[in-house]
Amino acid sequence: MSNEKDYILEVNHLKKYFPIKGGFFGGVTGNVKAVDDVSFKIERGTTMGLVGESGCGKSTTGRTILRLLEKTDGEVIFNGEDVNKKSKKELRDLRTKMQIVFQDPYSSLSPRLPIGEIIGEAVREHGLVPAAEYDEYISKIMEECGLQEHHKDRYPHEFSGGQRQRVCIARALALNPDFIVCDEPVSALDVSIQAQVINLLRKLQKDRGLTYLFISHDLSVVEHISDTVGVMYLGGLVETGKTEDIFANPLHPYTKALFSAIPMPDPDLKKERVILEGDIPSPANPPKGCKFHTRCSECMGICKEVAPEPKDMGNGHVVRCHLYDDK
Amino acid sequence: MAKKNVNYISAKESRKISKENRKITKEFEAKRNRKHIPEEEYITKMKNPENCVEFDDVHTYFFTDIGTVKAVDGVSFNVPQGKTVGIVGESGCGKSVTSLSMLQLVQRPQGQTVSGEIRFNSGDECVNVVNAPASKMQELRGNKMAMIFQEPMTALNPVFRVGAQIDEVIKLHRPEMTDEEVKARTIEMLGMVGIANKEGVYSMYPHELSGGMRQRICIAMALACEPKLIVADEPTTALDVTIQAQILDLLRDLKDRINSSIMLITHDLGVVAEMADYVVVMYAGRVVEKGTAREIFKDPRHPYTIGLMKSKPVVGQKVDELYSIPGSVPNPVNMPDYCYFKDRCDMCMECCNGEFPEEYYISDTHMVRCYRCKEEGERHE
Ligand SMILES: Nc1ncnc2c1ncn2[C@@H]1O[C@H](COP(=O)(O)OP(=O)(O)O)[C@@H](O)[C@H]1O
Ligand SMILES: Nc1ncnc2c1ncn2[C@@H]1O[C@H](COP(=O)(O)OP(=O)(O)O)[C@@H](O)[C@H]1O
Ligand code: SF4
Ligand code: SF4
Ligand SMILES: [Mg+2]
Ligand SMILES: [Mg+2]
Repeated sequence: MSNEKDYILEVNHLKKYFPIKGGFFGGVTGNVKAVDDVSFKIERGTTMGLVGESGCGKSTTGRTILRLLEKTDGEVIFNGEDVNKKSKKELRDLRTKMQIVFQDPYSSLSPRLPIGEIIGEAVREHGLVPAAEYDEYISKIMEECGLQEHHKDRYPHEFSGGQRQRVCIARALALNPDFIVCDEPVSALDVSIQAQVINLLRKLQKDRGLTYLFISHDLSVVEHISDTVGVMYLGGLVETGKTEDIFANPLHPYTKALFSAIPMPDPDLKKERVILEGDIPSPANPPKGCKFHTRCSECMGICKEVAPEPKDMGNGHVVRCHLYDDK
Repeated sequence: MAKKNVNYISAKESRKISKENRKITKEFEAKRNRKHIPEEEYITKMKNPENCVEFDDVHTYFFTDIGTVKAVDGVSFNVPQGKTVGIVGESGCGKSVTSLSMLQLVQRPQGQTVSGEIRFNSGDECVNVVNAPASKMQELRGNKMAMIFQEPMTALNPVFRVGAQIDEVIKLHRPEMTDEEVKARTIEMLGMVGIANKEGVYSMYPHELSGGMRQRICIAMALACEPKLIVADEPTTALDVTIQAQILDLLRDLKDRINSSIMLITHDLGVVAEMADYVVVMYAGRVVEKGTAREIFKDPRHPYTIGLMKSKPVVGQKVDELYSIPGSVPNPVNMPDYCYFKDRCDMCMECCNGEFPEEYYISDTHMVRCYRCKEEGERHE
């Protein structure tokens, strides 16, 4: 079949709970349900954006996929194989194919290693290129990421935030991955530097056919870079779909509120805002039924009791909300 | 001759610099710490009594061991009464130092406002805060001017209950109030900043509250004395957009209610567009463009302002590739003697090799420091 889609990643009913220790004997008194039944797929060579307020479980989702955290339940299928069934050794090799770039380019680089070593360390460890070609390989990767060869001997503190993020990207890229989790990669950078890094990520994607899971709380950046978007709230995906559909026609009341909160750089635009009341409830003790019901302006009786099932509204636009149950 | 690396300084040079710095800062400190500072040194007149604040060619420098950082280098702008002025620019351009200069909270002794005037109209008098003695500043801060920081935890004391902290501020400035009255006022303030469970929150500790709630507490604390001026330095940068929307709404609403002015510092153009009546764009310690919000957003002229606006993706506007300003900000201790933006500017012309462009006014309110606006500026005069 020719129009069968090639999904590089399939996440099914993924759960990640963090036990809360406490009480007199230090036993487990409850769980922080950081990721609570999340399912999605990413097509090879595309970018899926993951948005939502801080604490909703975006980073935990990314890390659990890479097995930087062990899942509580569910499965992660990468290139057709169950990531959680891999042995330690297999996992090590798999890690070269799945990489992560973090938000903070300051703390994620060892201050004691020169840039060249930071980028090349894992390449050597995994024996990815013959020793004779190593130097040239690292130089090429650096050039691809907009770093100069003579930066190799410099240390992270000599670089600006934007350049450090290029180093982080180069380090990930050096392992020749298929898939990169970008966890708020530009959130700590100034807009002009943000643009440079975003353009770099897009160029690398085009050149190498990379797949990204792009985590960000900045909706305009996500709209720009993503092919599909998932909106998370309190550990669950409330809406997923093609970027155009989600932005042009958000369905879930939470997505609507989130989008209406974006400040627009136009002083003539006075927007009608859906101001969300209150704060996000604690993921240790999420509300019953629809987890958004405590802040939802359209909350109905059923919402407080029954968690809404995913509803496909066409074109892969899936929403979890009782408002759309009858369609 | 070998090319001198401007980023490198020998230990000997550094010692020499730090010795000179000590001499300079000592002089400033001595002047400030005099027992009696006569009123005529700091009581002054506004150029325009309609203004709440007038920044007039302010220079705030840091005398560091690697050289002098001209963090604020000749900044001038006004904050009219009851209006919001947004100050934008990339990190390190001097936004925070501008706001700290306003409150005279620049880290001393290495940080000093070395020249210029910052005139503040408190309603009763006009004070040049640059020369004002510490006692005067203490009286003004919190009473007539208040500050809201990016990270609310820095403004809150973790070991005291939030209610008591707001009580403290009110007591300091309204000594005639009884304890009951103070508490009632605090609870009223908590309600005003949109805290539902105000009696409960009154006796909570800062760590028991979310980031958004803490920022509300800081706002309550800042507004408790109905200040004439609110200086908000990235008040919503650490918050989610939904909470940001709440806080901005709140600030707008409260400002109108007590008719104060706001100096809003942010790197987010969207926030500025929503909040500000006037916009000041800073680059490397200088104001490169200023005007009404409409002028800056609808008709930006400085290549830096234009670049900033183009590099930020906007929801609903699809572009293939984002514009990105090439290069990075010049070294703050070694600024060039031509337009600071020239090395990154893609609209640069022959004449840009000359000295840093002057202020060209292309309307009564719209100022641009770029040679591209020279002719239009001269025509306007
Ligand atoms: N190691 C951990 N131990 C306990 N709780 C955690 C841990 N990591 C994250 N959490 C909690 O899980 C939830 C989701 O966090 P996170 O995935 O970091 O959210 P996001 O990236 O969307 O901001 C939060 O409530 C957070 O406090
Ligand atoms: N305490 C300090 N000592 C030395 N330099 C400082 C100090 N505070 C700020 N600076 C310098 O002043 C410049 C402006 O900083 P700042 O006003 O904080 O920028 P912004 O708020 O626009 O990001 C920067 O170059 C910064 O390094
Ligand atoms: S299910 Fe109900 S409470 Fe939840 S988002 Fe939909 S309408 Fe709101
Ligand atoms: S003065 Fe010249 S170099 Fe400077 S911003 Fe204007 S056009 Fe560019
Ligand atoms: Mg995160
Ligand atoms: Mg700052």
